[in-house]
Amino acid sequence: MTTTNSSMAAAPVASRWSRFRGSYLLYSFKRDPVAQLSLLVFIMLVGVAVLAPWLAPMDPYDLAQIDILASELPPFWIDGSDPAYVMGTDAQGRDLLSTILYGARVSLIIGFGAVALQALLGVSFGLLAGYLGGRVDAFLMRLADIQLSFSTLMVAIVVGALVKAVFGGATYSDYAVPLLVLIIGLAEWPQYARTVRASVLAERSKEYVDAARVMGFTSRRIMFRHILPNTLSPIFVISTVQVANAIISEAALSFLGLGMPETHPSLGSLIKSGFDYIQSGSWWITLIPGAVLVILVLVINLLGDWLRDVLNPRLYKG
Amino acid sequence: MIAFLIKRLYHALLVMFVISIIAFAIQDNLGDPIQQMVGQSVPESEREALREELGLNDPFLVQYLRFAGNAVQFDFGYSYTFNQPTTEVIMRHLPATLELVAASTFLIIALSVPIGVYSAIRPRAWLSRFFMGVSIVGISIPVFLTAIVLIQIFAIGVSVSPFPADTGWGAWLNEALSTDGGMPAYGRGDPVNVFGTWDTNFASLTGLTYLVLPAVSLASIMLPLFIRLIRAEMLEVLQSEYVKFARAKGISLRRIYFIHALKNTMLPVITVGGVQIGTLVAYTILTETVFQWPGMGLMFLNAIQRSDVPLIVTYLMIVGLIFVITNTLVDLIYGLVNPTVKLTGKPA
Repeated sequence: MTTTNSSMAAAPVASRWSRFRGSYLLYSFKRDPVAQLSLLVFIMLVGVAVLAPWLAPMDPYDLAQIDILASELPPFWIDGSDPAYVMGTDAQGRDLLSTILYGARVSLIIGFGAVALQALLGVSFGLLAGYLGGRVDAFLMRLADIQLSFSTLMVAIVVGALVKAVFGGATYSDYAVPLLVLIIGLAEWPQYARTVRASVLAERSKEYVDAARVMGFTSRRIMFRHILPNTLSPIFVISTVQVANAIISEAALSFLGLGMPETHPSLGSLIKSGFDYIQSGSWWITLIPGAVLVILVLVINLLGDWLRDVLNPRLYKG
Repeated sequence: MIAFLIKRLYHALLVMFVISIIAFAIQDNLGDPIQQMVGQSVPESEREALREELGLNDPFLVQYLRFAGNAVQFDFGYSYTFNQPTTEVIMRHLPATLELVAASTFLIIALSVPIGVYSAIRPRAWLSRFFMGVSIVGISIPVFLTAIVLIQIFAIGVSVSPFPADTGWGAWLNEALSTDGGMPAYGRGDPVNVFGTWDTNFASLTGLTYLVLPAVSLASIMLPLFIRLIRAEMLEVLQSEYVKFARAKGISLRRIYFIHALKNTMLPVITVGGVQIGTLVAYTILTETVFQWPGMGLMFLNAIQRSDVPLIVTYLMIVGLIFVITNTLVDLIYGLVNPTVKLTGKPA
C-alpha cells in the first residue's frame, strides 16, 4: 500500500517487501534523521501505552491501590519525593506515571478511533461527491463548507455539550470513549471529504476510468476498486495530521469537562484535574501529562510533514 | 457584481436557516420550560394549561416560525440563571471576547507577516529554520496548555536550581532561568467603562496587563498556521514568471518582495485568514476557561453546566451569525481584490 509511488511498481514479480525496500519512501526515510527520531519516539509512546497494564507500577482505576495520604508528592528530582512514585502523585494520591501511561492509552484509542470514523465517512462522501457530481456533490460539499466554516473544534464542543445534556453526566462518563470517537469523527469528516473529492475529480477524467465504465463495471466497483487506490497518498498524509488533531480535540474536550471523567482519565483530563492545583505549587500534575501530550502530537505532526514532503500529493488548500 | 453579491447573501441566509433549525431543535428537545417556571408543587392539569397557553403544544412548524420571528428581532427569551433577556447577558459578555480576539488578531498579523516573508525570502537561513521548527512545535501545543505554561511562568513564577549555586555562573543561570511571576492571570481586573455598556481593557495600563497572557495564548494557536501559510504562498509567488521578470528588469529586491510579491501572497491569506479569525471565537472558549476571562466563551461553558437552554441557544445563534458575517465578508473582499475571480459565474 505504501509503495504506490514506487518506481519499481511496474515489475510484476517483485514481492511487496522487495518493492518496499526499493521504494523512494524508504530511501528518503533513511536520509531524514528527524523522521527516524519521530517514528522511534512514536513507536515507544504507543508501545508503553499499549503495555500500560504490565508496565505501570499501579492500576490507577483500582481504588484499593490509591493512598490518599500520598497525594501531591513531587517527582523524583524535587525534595520531598517518594521513591515509590517516580513522577510524583496527583491530588488523589494516584501514581502519576501510571496515570499517564493509562491516559496516553485512552488518548491514542480515541485519536485513532475518531480518525478511522472520519476516514470512513470522509472517504465515502468524498468518493460519492467527486464521482457522482451534480446534486449529491453540491449537497455534501455545502454541508462540508458549513461545518468547516464553524471550525471543527467548535462543532465538537457544541455536539459534545448537547450529547452530555441529553444523556446526563453519569451516562456520558460511562460511554465517554465511544461517544468521543463519534463526536470527533463527526466533527472532522469534511477535511477528508474535500481532499478525496479533489483527487477523485482529477482521476475521474482519466482513461482507465472510461475503460472501466465501457467494460460495464458498476459505479461502486469503479469508485472503490479503481479510483480509491489512486487517491491513497493524500489520504495517508491527511490521516497523520488528523490523528494529531483528534488527540488535541479530545484533550480540549476533556479539559472543558466534556470528555473523559477523572476516574478514567485521558491526557486531557489529567491536565484539567492538575490545573486546579497549579496555584498551590503542584505544577507537575498538570505539566508532566501536558509534556507527554505535546511530544505525542509533535512526533505525529513531524511524521506527517515528512510524509507530505515525500508523497507530495495535491492537497486541498486551506 | 450584483449577482455575486446576491448569491453570497443567499448562501449566508441558507446557513443561518440551518443554524436556526438546529438551535430550535435544541430548545425544543432540551429542558422543559414549564419545569423551570413553576417548580415541583404545581399539579399536572395546571402545567398542561400553561403549556397550551404558551403554545408549547403547537405543531413543530408553527413553533419554529414563532421562534424564527422572535430571533429576527433578537428576542430569545430569558436566561434561567441570570433572569434577564439572554441577548442582554450576551451583550454584557461580548466586549470581553471581542477585545481578546482583537488583541490576538493584532499580535498574529504583526508577527506572522514579517516572519513568514522573511522565511520565504531566506528559506535556508538558520533563523528561518528556527522559526519553522518553533512553528511546528507551536501547532502541536494545545491552546489551554500554552495558557497553563504562561500562567506558571509569568503569573506564579518558576524557581529552578539545576546548576551549582556556589559557582558564579551557576547562580547566574539559576537566576536567569527563574521568573518572579506576578502577571495578572485571572479575570479582567477593573476594565474602564466607555460608551455606557462597553467595558474596555485597552484604556488603562493595568487593563492591558490583564489582557497580555490571554491574548498571547490565543494568538499562539493561529500564529504558526499563519507563518507557514504566508511562507508557502510567498515561496510560490517568488517562483512565478512576473517576479523573475521584475528581477530581470532590475527592480530593487525590496520593491519586488514587499510591493509585487507580497500583494499576491496576501490573497490566499485573506481567505484562509478571514475564516481562521472567525474560528478564534471557538478557541476563546478554551482560553477564557483557563484565565476565567468573563467573555462569551466562559459564559457558554457555564450555561452548559447549568443547562441554561435559552442562553445556549442564543450563544449558538449569535456565534453562528458572527461566523456567517465573517465568511461572507471574506468572500466579498476576495472577490473585490482578486480580479481573476469570476464575479458573475459560479465562484469556486
